[in-house]
Amino acid sequence: MKKYGKQILYMVIAVGAYAAVMLLVNMGLLSRQMTSLIIPVCMNIILAVSLCLVVGFLGELSLGHAAFMSIGAYSGALVLKSGLPVVVSLPLAVLVGGCCAAVLGFVVGIPVLRLKGDYLAIVTLAFGEIIKSVFNAATPITGGAGGMKKIPAVTTYKNFTFVYILMLLVILLVSYLVNSRHGRAICAIRDNYIAAETIGIKVSRFKTMAFVISAFMAGMGGVIYAGNIGILKPVNFDYNTSIEILVMVVLGGMGNITGSIIAALLLTVLPEMLRGLSNYRMLVYAVVLIAMMLFNNSPMKRILVEKKNMRQAAKIQ
Amino acid sequence: MTLLEVKNLGISFGGLRAVDGLNMSIEKGALVGLIGPNGAGKTTVFNLLTGMYLPSGGSIKLEGTELVGKSPARISQEGVARTFQNIRLFSQMTVMDNVKAALHNKIKYNLAASFLHTPEYRRKEREMNERAREILQVFELEQYVDYKASNLPYGKQRKLEIARALATDPKLLLLDEPAAGMNPNETAELMETIELIREKFGVTILLIEHDMKLVGGICEYLYVLNFGTELAHGLPEEVLNDPQVITAYLGE
Ligand SMILES: Nc1ncnc2c1ncn2[C@@H]1O[C@H](COP(=O)(O)OP(=O)(O)OP(=O)(O)O)[C@@H](O)[C@H]1O
Ligand SMILES: [Mg+2]
Repeated sequence: MKKYGKQILYMVIAVGAYAAVMLLVNMGLLSRQMTSLIIPVCMNIILAVSLCLVVGFLGELSLGHAAFMSIGAYSGALVLKSGLPVVVSLPLAVLVGGCCAAVLGFVVGIPVLRLKGDYLAIVTLAFGEIIKSVFNAATPITGGAGGMKKIPAVTTYKNFTFVYILMLLVILLVSYLVNSRHGRAICAIRDNYIAAETIGIKVSRFKTMAFVISAFMAGMGGVIYAGNIGILKPVNFDYNTSIEILVMVVLGGMGNITGSIIAALLLTVLPEMLRGLSNYRMLVYAVVLIAMMLFNNSPMKRILVEKKNMRQAAKIQ
Repeated sequence: MTLLEVKNLGISFGGLRAVDGLNMSIEKGALVGLIGPNGAGKTTVFNLLTGMYLPSGGSIKLEGTELVGKSPARISQEGVARTFQNIRLFSQMTVMDNVKAALHNKIKYNLAASFLHTPEYRRKEREMNERAREILQVFELEQYVDYKASNLPYGKQRKLEIARALATDPKLLLLDEPAAGMNPNETAELMETIELIREKFGVTILLIEHDMKLVGGICEYLYVLNFGTELAHGLPEEVLNDPQVITAYLGE
């Protein structure tokens, strides 16, 4: 009974958020600036939740998420530019983008996932830069530094429904996965890979699995990006982008899907809201980041959590 | 019937022969002790048996199947489970999930079922919950199912590690100093539980313990290690009165 209550709550939030956005847009209550943020918010939620699988649940620090996003973006953009009708080209692009990213995730994952901690972070960082250089160099296909232009704008706020459903799907799949036999294996590896091995979990298989699934979803996020922005440049996928996504996961509380979603929402909207402050924008942004970080590790939060647990305990008895 | 047959097992670290020419033969259903002073090589034997180290020579046969060269995950599936001297729980996971993680190869469903929470997923998860609860009950941990493993008191963490090992449904259970850090009461209670699980789960147990008296109390057979080699083996009363064994321990 208690479990169903939670599911209903999530459903209400999902439908409510959708209805609210649709209502605000259709009644013209959102400024142009806010309207333009709708899709980036969904996209960042997809990216943050997918990275959360690797960083939060598998416990590996990956700094190459933007690279997987870029593979998805470029390969998806080629499909979008193919001239097929949008009802076909958009889902197909999302699928192709996801698959290309997943294949790359697999190829990179096999050698890279043997590394631990800092080494993995450094290698994924380097990997991201290599991918960026490749896109820069492959001018005939990607347009090089000048960018791949004239990508049909198929994932603007007018196609919010499609993007929103995709986002819900990513959230649902990751949440379901984490609460399963496979998800437990992934978390067990994070907590103690030696113990995980000795209870029969094939560590490298599950590491690769988490990495590939995460890459697939990042690739889909990349396609949304391509169809939203209309032009792809390799500089848009440098390590800064990877780190921005990582910050969302870290602020969300590592391995907390709801936290990642909220952080993605705030960190997408906040910089734009602060645009009016021009010079102080990045300063305020940094201060807010630090404040959130401090809160996440503060006694204040512990007290709040403990209070919640007490209430919960009282209810059960 | 012999369950485990170890022949001429050895490993060195640099110049140090941590285990040298070890022979062991363990009967099915036995409760055997592996004792020896600090640094004798007891934990190293466990690391060899579970495939964490590759021996420099020798063989390990479980019911005739060679284990040397197999990965730890594979050896777990062959039926060897262990606990660790320095506890290695899945600290951020709940007590329940620690045990369920160990049911990984016992109750299975595919990735699609994980992603979609199909009826099969729900059925198998229910089965897992029941099985995990059964095991946790033996260790009186059922009221802690929702605790994070790291929030359990120390003694209960040790018990949870044994519960997790048992969940893999092993033929051979290796316990590395299960009573370390416990008071005499807790230790006595734990030893009773160990005898109980041997009956209930039909498992063969090899136990490392420092305290010779304690080991003599419950083990039917003992192996004594010193400087990586076998010093003595036999029935507890013989072994514990062996002058060589006494000197090795007093020499510490
Ligand atoms: N990975 C390793 N690298 C180098 N030396 C090691 C390694 N593992 C064990 N040793 C050495 O092998 C010897 C045996 O160690 P082991 O941990 O097996 O002893 P033990 O009998 O379990 O002792 P204790 O009662 O203290 O747990 C020690 O001298 C130890 O330093
Ligand atoms: Mg030891």
